[in-house]
Amino acid sequence: MAEWFANFYVNAPDWVQNFCDEFKLNFIDGAKWKWLLDGLKMTLLITFFSVLLGIAIGVIIAIIRTTHDKNLETMKKRGGIGYIVMKLLNAVAKLYLTVIRGTPVVVQLLIMYFIIFASSRNSTLIAIIAFGINSGAYVAEIFRGGIMSVDNGQFEAGRSVGFNYIQTMVFIIIPQMFKMVLPTLCNEFIVLLKETSVAGYVGIADLTKAGDLIRGRTFSAFMPLIAVALIYLVIVMLFTWLVGRLERRLRRSEH
Amino acid sequence: MSTNEVLIKTQNLQKSFGKLNVLLGIDMEISKGDVVVVIGPSGSGKSTFLRCLNRLEEPTGGKIYFEGEDITAPKCNINLHRQKMGMVFQQFNLFPHMTVLRNLTIAPMKLLKMSKEDAEKKALSLLERVGLSDKANAYPNQLSGGQKQRVAIVRALAMNPDVMLFDEPTSALDPEMVGEVLEVMKELAREGMTMVVVTHEMGFAKEVADRVVFMADGVIAEQGSPEELFSNPRNPRTKQFLQSVL
Repeated sequence: MAEWFANFYVNAPDWVQNFCDEFKLNFIDGAKWKWLLDGLKMTLLITFFSVLLGIAIGVIIAIIRTTHDKNLETMKKRGGIGYIVMKLLNAVAKLYLTVIRGTPVVVQLLIMYFIIFASSRNSTLIAIIAFGINSGAYVAEIFRGGIMSVDNGQFEAGRSVGFNYIQTMVFIIIPQMFKMVLPTLCNEFIVLLKETSVAGYVGIADLTKAGDLIRGRTFSAFMPLIAVALIYLVIVMLFTWLVGRLERRLRRSEH
Repeated sequence: MSTNEVLIKTQNLQKSFGKLNVLLGIDMEISKGDVVVVIGPSGSGKSTFLRCLNRLEEPTGGKIYFEGEDITAPKCNINLHRQKMGMVFQQFNLFPHMTVLRNLTIAPMKLLKMSKEDAEKKALSLLERVGLSDKANAYPNQLSGGQKQRVAIVRALAMNPDVMLFDEPTSALDPEMVGEVLEVMKELAREGMTMVVVTHEMGFAKEVADRVVFMADGVIAEQGSPEELFSNPRNPRTKQFLQSVL
């Protein structure tokens, strides 16, 4: 192998030799490819847990908002503590959506790191929380749209057999909503994956930061940055393909 | 079929949507085993009345008693009473993400804590009764309209209800599928099920009803046995309506 490569290298044109030199300098020397690998692991770790947190927050906020919009009339008539609690929860949910969607994610990350969790140096966990809370706001609105697009007859059918509001949501509405929002949700996760590239701001060595570190070490920008871009691209394509398969499977179960 | 035990009783039942008054005070008694058919022109409030009975529409006035209990009382847990009131919708409203079998078993399993085996056994025997045993593992979208509505009926029956509410069950069906659904309903009536049926099927009303209720403009304009009401209507509004549909 090595012999074959040496042979190839000697006989190759200048630009190929150049390419090989650059590649060796940026990735092989000092095992710098491991930086990229570790960075990739970090990016995937943060994305994965942020997605989970985002979905959890999103479901809760979406249920609060739709319950408020759908049932306020009846609750108002019934009066009592439920009505006040619902009003309050809805106000909190709206404030959350406004603030999170109204400020850049980098700023939110910096505030989390330097103000809210200033005493903690577990930057990975802070990043997961920051990205999760950020994503939750967008996911909540996606879910809310999904819940509202499920035919009202489904609510009525669920309630008419005796399910209470929560049971109707869990058994009847949310499973149908998930199928409907899957493409939009997929898009949100792609956005989130790429948004984590700002994690370097709080000293996290994610994929982007790793590429930048290599650039700083070798003073050669092309190789590491293009490599980083390609890795993101491949992951997004892989993810899109997986979601496409899932969608087809869900559709099959219905027709 | 009627016994004297009153199952549902409404007192001055009213419903308005904002400024629009749909029900102006309905008094009705439905006894165990009764088959009550509600007819009337569109906009007369007959569907709203039916939907008020299990509080899918929240009444704005009056009282509803079900099995002796005031189900319009604020403290009443309506979910428990709804388990005893099966409902069939015009648009079927089957759960599209579940198989037919799951449509029938989910409520008994989650609400009545029936075991999976028992619930499935019961569901399969219900499906057999309506001639759909072979569709147990199909999804609702694979069924015809008539088949969907028959599944919707047995979904409600799976909860062992004391009364069945039908909200224009054949109005969304192709004409050739109306018969199969009415047949199931007739069978149910013969078995002594208490039924409240909002429908435009006058033939069904004549053949099956113990009592026909004619609603117009938010009130009960006239009611009586099918023979009385169809052959000898007293209210001019009833006469006019029957002339236009028969």
